[in-house]
Amino acid sequence: WRNSKTSDKNNNCRLIRASCGRNGRSKGGLQKAFRSPLGHGAGIDGLHHNHHLLYDPQASGSPAKRCRLRRRVDSLKKNRPPFPWFGMDIGGTLVKLVYFEPKDITAEEEQEEVENLKSIRRYLTSNTAYGKTGIRDVHLELRNLTICGRTGNLHFIRFPTQAMHRFIQMGRDKNFSSLHTTLCATGGGAYKFENDFRTMADLELLKLDELDCLIHGLLYVDSVGFNGHPECYYFENPSDTQNCVKKPCCLDNPFPMLLVNIGSGVSILAVYSKDNYKRVTGTSLGGGTFLGLCCLLTGCETFEEALEMASKGDSTNVDKLVKDIYGGDYERFGLQGSAVASSFGHMMSKDKRESISKEDLARATLVTITNNIGSIARMCAVNEKIERVVFVGNFLRINTVSTKLLAYAMDFWSKGQLRALFLEHEGYFGAVGAFLELLKSSEEP
Amino acid sequence: MAGHSSGTNRGSHSMDKSITLPPDEIFRNLENAKRFAIDIGIRIPLIYTWFRLRHVVTISMLQEADGDPLYEISVQEEITARLHFIKFENAYIETCLDFIKDHLVNTETKVIKATGGGAYKFKDLIEKKLKLKVDKEDEMSCLIKGCNFVLRNIPHEAFVYAKHADSEFRFQTTHPDIFPYLLVNIGSGVSIVKVESEDQFERIGGSSIGGGTFWGLGALLTKTKVKFDELLQLASKGQHTSVDMLVKDIYGGAYGSLGLTGDLIASSFGKSATADKEFSKEDMAKSLLHMISNDIGQLACLYARLHNLNRVYFGGFFIRGHPVTMHTITYSINFFTKGEVQALFLRHEGYLGAIGAFLKGAEEDNPNQYSWGENYAGSSGLMSVSPDLNPMQRARSGTFDMLEMDRLERQLVNLPLLQDPSSYIPDTMDLTEDALAREYWLYCFEEALDGVVKRAIASQPDMPEAAERAEKFRQKYRHKLQTLRNQPFAYGSLTVRSLLDTREHCLNEFNFPDPYSKIKQKENDVALRYYLKVVKSLEELSWEQRQFALVRGLLAGNVFDWGAKAISDVLESDPEFGFEEAKRQLQGNTETFYTQTIRGGPPHTCALFFVDNSGIDIILGVFPFVRELLGRGTQVVLASNSGPALNDVTNGELQILTERIAAMDPVIHSAFKEDRLTLVQSGSSSPCLDLSRLDKVLATVVRERQTDLVIIEGMGRAIHTNYYAMLSCESLKLAVIKNSWLAERLGGKIFSVVFKYEVPPKH
Repeated sequence: WRNSKTSDKNNNCRLIRASCGRNGRSKGGLQKAFRSPLGHGAGIDGLHHNHHLLYDPQASGSPAKRCRLRRRVDSLKKNRPPFPWFGMDIGGTLVKLVYFEPKDITAEEEQEEVENLKSIRRYLTSNTAYGKTGIRDVHLELRNLTICGRTGNLHFIRFPTQAMHRFIQMGRDKNFSSLHTTLCATGGGAYKFENDFRTMADLELLKLDELDCLIHGLLYVDSVGFNGHPECYYFENPSDTQNCVKKPCCLDNPFPMLLVNIGSGVSILAVYSKDNYKRVTGTSLGGGTFLGLCCLLTGCETFEEALEMASKGDSTNVDKLVKDIYGGDYERFGLQGSAVASSFGHMMSKDKRESISKEDLARATLVTITNNIGSIARMCAVNEKIERVVFVGNFLRINTVSTKLLAYAMDFWSKGQLRALFLEHEGYFGAVGAFLELLKSSEEP
Repeated sequence: MAGHSSGTNRGSHSMDKSITLPPDEIFRNLENAKRFAIDIGIRIPLIYTWFRLRHVVTISMLQEADGDPLYEISVQEEITARLHFIKFENAYIETCLDFIKDHLVNTETKVIKATGGGAYKFKDLIEKKLKLKVDKEDEMSCLIKGCNFVLRNIPHEAFVYAKHADSEFRFQTTHPDIFPYLLVNIGSGVSIVKVESEDQFERIGGSSIGGGTFWGLGALLTKTKVKFDELLQLASKGQHTSVDMLVKDIYGGAYGSLGLTGDLIASSFGKSATADKEFSKEDMAKSLLHMISNDIGQLACLYARLHNLNRVYFGGFFIRGHPVTMHTITYSINFFTKGEVQALFLRHEGYLGAIGAFLKGAEEDNPNQYSWGENYAGSSGLMSVSPDLNPMQRARSGTFDMLEMDRLERQLVNLPLLQDPSSYIPDTMDLTEDALAREYWLYCFEEALDGVVKRAIASQPDMPEAAERAEKFRQKYRHKLQTLRNQPFAYGSLTVRSLLDTREHCLNEFNFPDPYSKIKQKENDVALRYYLKVVKSLEELSWEQRQFALVRGLLAGNVFDWGAKAISDVLESDPEFGFEEAKRQLQGNTETFYTQTIRGGPPHTCALFFVDNSGIDIILGVFPFVRELLGRGTQVVLASNSGPALNDVTNGELQILTERIAAMDPVIHSAFKEDRLTLVQSGSSSPCLDLSRLDKVLATVVRERQTDLVIIEGMGRAIHTNYYAMLSCESLKLAVIKNSWLAERLGGKIFSVVFKYEVPPKH
């Protein structure tokens, strides 16, 4: 292990958390558990970053104590949920799936492993694409993770929600229900497709709140880091396009933060601690709007295609700038001539509509949606008096135009007061949160 | 954009020249225009002032001689200022400029103030055509100046839009302090401006997603060469649910734990991310409209919350009277603020920029030092440009819209004795909301029209063309009634007061400044002869008997009202109908006031008396009563109209009458001389009374004299208006109901007496 110390810590952490859970937690999910006094004392902090526990000389000190720990590991094995371990987030556009691949399978285990479980494992880990639309984001894989006493890799897979029924079909064909695993699912689809899972594949979903999962997943991934690197990053010199560079950073002491989740739509949360947050507002102008409008305007079919076009386009052919109206800056109000005065404003003219390129339209759509999210997020941050704004969600996937624009908008309009932060696993935190819940829920005797 | 025939962008210079202007209607009195301002956007408001010659009736006292009338009436010309506002499609700009050039003869001005995005584009054209120098003014500061001006001067300027309510427009009484407020101007982009005082405002934010986005993106999506209005029309027919991804599309139902209902839009255009489905133009336009309106509403709420403001006005071409956008914005604001903030719209929103530009150019005339009043006769009123409206209205609203504001001689302020000026509503009945009452009163005014026309002609026997003018008046007023039948909200809330005022404005418009001047003169003359007799007979009564007799006299006098049809019929047919007869007709009892105040309490320091009719009412009813008050040591302030309205006594007439009475009656004489009896003008020329718009001098006098009793007399002032007005001192509202429909509505009979004595709650 490259980072054995950390992993070890995490291991201990989880042990403490798990034992706690066994002792006193009622059924009903992370959030509830965190709120119980017992859970709060050790549970949450143990899970994430109450690192002082790990250095507790009593915990790692005497041989007797180490021995006790080992016994706990053993006892834990019996209450571990059966493989496979999944966590799923069924959104409006995309399904995000995380899968834990155990790497510490003993020969004995290998023999006991039922055939369909083996085939699921092989199928998922040996491919990077599934069917026509399923994709494994190999670059996001978290390696050598120790969870519940097991070590392995966490895989990140996504496919369009439209393919959900095919997925359920597959679950039936592979006789998934015989594995007696709990399918932890969050996102709206957990509710929408619950009945389909039941009737088509004989599977019961454990439905989880998407915002709970989002926050827990995010804090977890941040705490374990990205294979030895920080999960979080920001842009240095966001207002200077020449010198704007991506920089890793730590999300130590992350509260309070304004969490902006840009999926099909946008939710904005003020997070004060792991289990204390509120949804400040949301907007329907999100990733779904970008893709929806791009499809209508350019005839493209995928997010990748839309972004590709946007990267080549020039939005100033579509948008009316302040200088297009005032000939320069609007000094009375301190508006720069280069600021967008009216998104799609040039398109009021028939001639300009007829000569515009698809790339320019895609770019304008992207800029419009991104700026609007930035503007609402900034207002929320000011209203809630929070300086740290964390942007997540799959809209930001492979989308440096937007991340840079958001970083610029936060910095410029707040005169440097606000900082935009981003996370490498942008859209997967809900699924990770659901996955964590699986491990907890199965701890019940 | 009716008439925008070229179909190209709005900056296009291809002008529609085929339109013919109805000149006397649209650009009336242009030849004497003094100043100009123009705001060039999509619809162009142009304004000019005209110092008009107004015909006024003046009266002058004659030397006392038997047989002569007590004063002489003459018609004179007076100069007042009037602002004319005309709004037209920018397609007509060239036609309009040509017209102005041809008719502009007497002006001394060399400059036209211009604002708006098009000011740059049309500068040369204007300078070439009008030979006036274009002086550009900052758009936003003009807008704010204009906004302050209409909020301050036009009651019922702001309204809340409620699509599904009985009356779509709910007008707001203007708060006496209009600041601070938030103005959200939705043009091609959005500007959010915080206004804190006349000169202090700040653009606190904005958004690039505005009307231009709706138009530009809408045109792209629908792939048609659409105009803005057409796009809105498409939107109003569409279903956004086929394009938008709703919460229930993701969740299968509501997202209960967050309180998000299933029908909420989770992702605008979220369902259109597919290549194999066609979407209708209507549905896409609708989705786009929702997207933009919600977004603007959300930002407005965030800014309102941050700056702790709850008055948010929306304007700009995106709004401009379009019910569809007013509805979606209102919906959005309600959603995001959970009803804490109301979206407010302005009746004259389209004129704000031009008004502001004009005011900047007219600073030497100090327009802000005056109060201004909307001239209903020359204003188009609020037009709904709803696509559902009938084509005639649509065509009209699409071409020209007019507004006229008259400069009032006096500055108007609140009565200092209003208990809560911010919640004071003058009018008792809102006919905009009460359809039955509306029907009745519109019918009533239509019925009375013949009589008014006859009276107008009779008032000018020496002028042969009076009949022709009176006929024009008839047509104008009938047309107004027709408009109000269809659009009761045209001039703010429809009330009996606004119907009466509109009639006065229309009469003035055709130079019938005071049709009742002769009748008033005659009646004053007759009543004066009886004054001493009445006073004497009152003096013979015991104290208690006298109190009742005084009140009965006051009420009986109020029967003599030419404004009430029931009475004018009697007066017309039976000129001998007398004071005694009137007393016999009265229904009801009047004891409360006297048992509660005069008998019990100490005398009042000062009584403010809003008087009503000339003749018997003022002379035989009010003056003996005033005399009694004076006798108790109470000072009396008589407030009468500044200008004529029906047979109401005007301040000018009251001056003469008081002097005449003083000459006969030593009590009045000494009180008048010693200033214990004072005459003030109300600042109004209406048969009704708006206590929030009174002459500044009146307000000062009221305050200085520590007025502790307010008496309001007559149907117009105490029943149609102020029936529910709450004052901070004792008040007495009295009138005789001279209309059986109204009497029935209030639960009484014709000639029932309203005698409402109120004491404010003690602190």
